[in-house]
Amino acid sequence: MSGHAGEPFAELPVAPKPPLRRFHQARWDEPIIFEQSRPGRRGVAVPAAGVPAVELPASVRRAEPPRLPEMSQLHVLRHYVRLSQENLGVDQAIAVGQGTCTMKYSPKVNDRFVNDPRIAELHPLQPEDTVQGVLEIYWRLERMLAEISGMHRVSLQPASGSAAIYANVAMIRAYHASRGEAEQRDQVITTMFSHPSNAACAKAAGYEVITLLPDENGYPDIEALRAAAGPRTAALLITNPEDTGIFNPRIEEFVRIVHEAGGLACYDQANANGLLGVTRAADAGFDLCHFNLHKTFSTPHACGGPAAGASCVSEALAPFLPSPTVEFDGEGYRLDDDRPLSVGKMRPFLGVTPNVVRAYAWIMALGADGLREVAETAVLNNNYLMRKVLDIPGAGAHWDRNRLEQVRYSWQGLFEETGVHSEEIGVRAADFGVHYWTSHHPFLVPEPFTLEPTESYSKEDLDEYAAILAHVADEARRDPEFVKGAPYNQTIHKIDPASLDDPKQWSPTWRAYTRKHLT
Amino acid sequence: MTSVRPGAPGFTVGLLVNPVAGIGGPAGLKGSDGERAQRLALARGSSPKAGERAAQAVRALLARRPGTPILTVAGPMGEDSARAAGADPRLVPFVPGAPSGGRDTTAAVEAMREAVDLLLFAGGDGTARDVLDGAPSCPVLGVPAGVKVYSGCFALSPATAGAMAAEFADARETAEAEVVDLDEDAYRRGEVGPRLYGALRVPAARERLSGRKLGSAASPGTTEAVAAEVVARMRPGVRYVLGPGATTMAVGGRLGLATTLLGVDVVQDGALVAADVTEGQLLDLVDGRETHAVVSVIGGQGFVLGRGNQQISPAVLRKVMASGGLVVLATQRKLAGLGGRPLLADTGDPATDALVEGYVPVITGHRESALYRIRSATEEFR
Amino acid sequence: MTHPYIPNAEPGVRAEMLAAVGAASVEDLYADIPEGLRLRRPLDLPAPLASEQELVAHMRALLARNVDTTQVLSFLGHGCYPHHVPAVCDEVNGRSEFLTAYAGEPYEDHGRFQAIFEYVSMMAELLEMDVVNVPTYDGHQAAGTAIRMAARYTGRSRALVSGAVSADRMSKLRDFLGHDIDLVVAPVGPDGEIGEVEIDETYAAIYLETPNVYGVVETRGRELADLAHAAGALLVVSADPISLGVLAPPASYGADIACGDIQSLGMHQNYGGGQAGYIATRDEERLVAEFPSRLFGIAPTTVPGEYGFGDVFYDRTSFALREEGKEWVGTAAALWGITAGVYLALMGPQGMREIGETILARTRYAMDRLAEAGATVPHSGSVHFREFTIEVPSCDALLAVLREHGILGGVRLDDRTLLVCVTELHSKDDIDRLAAAVREGLA
Repeated sequence: MSGHAGEPFAELPVAPKPPLRRFHQARWDEPIIFEQSRPGRRGVAVPAAGVPAVELPASVRRAEPPRLPEMSQLHVLRHYVRLSQENLGVDQAIAVGQGTCTMKYSPKVNDRFVNDPRIAELHPLQPEDTVQGVLEIYWRLERMLAEISGMHRVSLQPASGSAAIYANVAMIRAYHASRGEAEQRDQVITTMFSHPSNAACAKAAGYEVITLLPDENGYPDIEALRAAAGPRTAALLITNPEDTGIFNPRIEEFVRIVHEAGGLACYDQANANGLLGVTRAADAGFDLCHFNLHKTFSTPHACGGPAAGASCVSEALAPFLPSPTVEFDGEGYRLDDDRPLSVGKMRPFLGVTPNVVRAYAWIMALGADGLREVAETAVLNNNYLMRKVLDIPGAGAHWDRNRLEQVRYSWQGLFEETGVHSEEIGVRAADFGVHYWTSHHPFLVPEPFTLEPTESYSKEDLDEYAAILAHVADEARRDPEFVKGAPYNQTIHKIDPASLDDPKQWSPTWRAYTRKHLT
Repeated sequence: MTSVRPGAPGFTVGLLVNPVAGIGGPAGLKGSDGERAQRLALARGSSPKAGERAAQAVRALLARRPGTPILTVAGPMGEDSARAAGADPRLVPFVPGAPSGGRDTTAAVEAMREAVDLLLFAGGDGTARDVLDGAPSCPVLGVPAGVKVYSGCFALSPATAGAMAAEFADARETAEAEVVDLDEDAYRRGEVGPRLYGALRVPAARERLSGRKLGSAASPGTTEAVAAEVVARMRPGVRYVLGPGATTMAVGGRLGLATTLLGVDVVQDGALVAADVTEGQLLDLVDGRETHAVVSVIGGQGFVLGRGNQQISPAVLRKVMASGGLVVLATQRKLAGLGGRPLLADTGDPATDALVEGYVPVITGHRESALYRIRSATEEFR
Repeated sequence: MTHPYIPNAEPGVRAEMLAAVGAASVEDLYADIPEGLRLRRPLDLPAPLASEQELVAHMRALLARNVDTTQVLSFLGHGCYPHHVPAVCDEVNGRSEFLTAYAGEPYEDHGRFQAIFEYVSMMAELLEMDVVNVPTYDGHQAAGTAIRMAARYTGRSRALVSGAVSADRMSKLRDFLGHDIDLVVAPVGPDGEIGEVEIDETYAAIYLETPNVYGVVETRGRELADLAHAAGALLVVSADPISLGVLAPPASYGADIACGDIQSLGMHQNYGGGQAGYIATRDEERLVAEFPSRLFGIAPTTVPGEYGFGDVFYDRTSFALREEGKEWVGTAAALWGITAGVYLALMGPQGMREIGETILARTRYAMDRLAEAGATVPHSGSVHFREFTIEVPSCDALLAVLREHGILGGVRLDDRTLLVCVTELHSKDDIDRLAAAVREGLA
């Protein structure tokens, strides 16, 4: 192929790519599954009993068959494959937009271990000698998370990050109860930029919540903590770095103030991805902390679970851990249920085993140096992306502080100029195959968006993401109504949500929709 | 939130512009109230912006509901903006003075209030006060165009005002919003502080944040939740002095009592001890028993004492601080809006200000509170 | 070596990015972390298995130390059940678009909204209730939340809980509810059903399970519903959805809230990792307001004939009227919900009826055979679904004998009571094999 000077591409059979991807999400215009039903069809066969049938008394016998769809196997499969294509996972998209959620690559090889019958077909109540392999995985992951956090023991029973916070709060309550102070210590202190599950879990456990707001510098107000801490303090629940990405350098002092008041300090490590091997919860004096295995330790988010949480505690709190614990006597692994001070069961059985297996394999593939590299790269990626985002006119970030692994940005400037909301920018960005979450809570940063570019994304990914945001911001300036009308390249068009809040119209199921609108 | 009437095709929007709103801001005049300030601003080279901001709102409205009938006042008080946005408005038979003033705004509201389904007005807090004086029987919505826009009756931007107006055609749900304003002459003298003047009925902001995160069940808190929490924390035999404002009013509502929006009321054991009391009455009422003062944040600067609640005087406060104490009501969002600045007290007596300085409990929602810094305003603005 | 999972660990790109942010090294970016908190040594972790094949070898060695339920004959149940998982279920929940997505936005993740909407819709048909939530963690959590919803709905703080529930579930309920809801445990009757109970107007709910922990199908649902309603309380029923092709759904006998675990509907046992919970109610605004979880509903788009989805009754999480005991919403078990939807679509009404009939029949067959083999089968006159207990002189001794025959014979409830689980996976021959081994063990 020979090029001519001055017309370098004249003879290229295919022109170079334009700067932005010409994305279009799959649009199958798929009917609701009930609309595809035809009586008599079926998707799987069931073995006949082969033994005498049981006649049910009328009081417990179902009167009418359930109106489930009747479809052949291919058509069920095709329907769901189409729906899956109308979804964006980390495997397709540059998923840096779900700040605080730590969307990272979940290695495919780990799914193989999980799908192996020696995990998938294990019953949780099998004799211990038939499950030594899985118990060893639980034990080894516990020890590794204990080392990463500096804590003494770890429970992998909680089903999610929030469930782990709840388990921690339950242990805090049990700890104070064991000292006769459960009634007296009825307050939990948290900060405004801690994940809202901290306040919600504390309230669900019966505590009154006192929130510390940021001071002018963006740090939680330490003087307010001094004023709040006292004989009613059960614990401080705090995220660090907070959801702003700002690390609180006085964290040790926070812990000390609460300890001096007789309270416990509990560290929400949902934002740990930038800290692995850099600093540890125990080193700042915390009594409890938790990790989200589906964030920091790479297990997939699965459209919103199953997830998995890890509750890590100091030696003083270990007796209160959920039961059973996994114990190792040097030869074999066993479950210990005989723990009188335990808070009991947080969920059925030992934990969300598939995610425990995945997290274990992920750490084993990285080791100490690898985890450190994860943290450093997450922080570098974030600072690099921040530089690019803040170059976009109309984008800003509160407080001129260093950021670790994420930043809560604001489109306030752009909004004032164009009337286009952050949420609308996000929807338009989806037309280019990426998205972000607007993360309004706690309503402190106006027109917010939170980006967390974990170690999984390349520089080229970050450049592309920033270019998309810059392009959409520019569109908002030139034609705000166009941006507000988005999406255009998505599975569906702009939704009118009005009926979702009207009890006469809302349709939380097809059954309700049929009753209200189709009859 | 109450439903006003069913969505009807005959949806007429009234438009009212305070043409000189905002003119004092760029000129450093801290407001545009008063003819002298307006003349001064024009002399300093300010040009009126309110008309253009009103037009932006109308454009946003018409983009969503083309052909929406608009009723307005001839000339710069509305007609010009409507036409600039491409509308062909009907005019009310009303001739404003030239240049127009606050009384014209009030008169225009009176002329339009029965004929429109929603009144859009462009201006600032001063304009909102004039609108309030016109006793609008229809819901209203402010297009922010003034120097001071602290009242709750304003949309976030002109475009949002237009969009909210369009949505209101179908939704027709309203909420109460406070009108607060500064005394500008005092403000220019450096004495800062807003006053609560009353409440207007505005379209309820239907905030649909589809970007909700899983995990954010902790709500940002609502006035109702704050009021419910205050009531839940009330103890038998203890007296509560409720300052002015919509949040404290909601406390009364929660108790089923006829407390006042602008006055100071006293409740105990679920009963109204006295409504709209004077300082003298208050001094008697707080005597000899545990008493708490429950106040809300007035306006955007964080004033909780000495603005609109002067009945809670230094003498009253000294008794309150010696027995029960001070409780502030605010949603987390309102606190967040202070951007880390402290709450302010300006009781007129430095010693009393010093007494309340420090950290005050702020009830922010159901079983939720914050501890927040409170300072003397004279210290803060020294 | 640049790690395969970390693209920007490559030294060239790292240097480029550091230059772009104006930092000499990543250390600069950690300036806010005080030196006293810095870990100045490498973490003490096992050496990494840098290549995929080394990792596979390591994991294989660990997995080899497990014996799974396809390698032995297992009659273990008690909250986690062996059912056949259709291949299409695995295919769909293994799709990486679903597996690796976040909880989703209504446009770019439309597929996930529709799939979950369809799951709740199919559950609604099975349950004959109009409102079903996006899955919560598991059946324990669903039960706890359902009781809490009843407490908020009625403004009361006492619940009567069937004594025929598992010890684990009771532990969870005590932890989750005990601090502000008084739990009164109902006796178990001689037939294995809930015993005679009374409540008064301080009760928020009666909580019933069917089939219960002993596999007994409760037959007095209507009576309990009437009892609850007469006192102004709600009837909360936990029911395994796989039974509802043949058993009457709770709503049909007056239950106000239904709840349970959906692991039976297409989830592998996963060593207990396949659990997910459902909660369902009728479409009454006050009840809907009490759901702490998300509810998805249909909404129109600007294009006729296009289904959009969004959250129903958005404001209810900040509903101020009765916020007492509201719960958190978090990442829970959405993918298992999608999977259960696939399962129900594959099974259809016929499949659900047939699997119910097969399980009922084989459960009864197994009860009869074990009785013949010499085990005492308590309350054998009651209807059982999938599980039943046997009483033997020593569970440990019997289980040991069964192990020698390659059989995991059941879950030991106490020294003398064994809980046996039979599903469509257990053929007549399997049951006969168990019976023969039991006969030997009791001899």
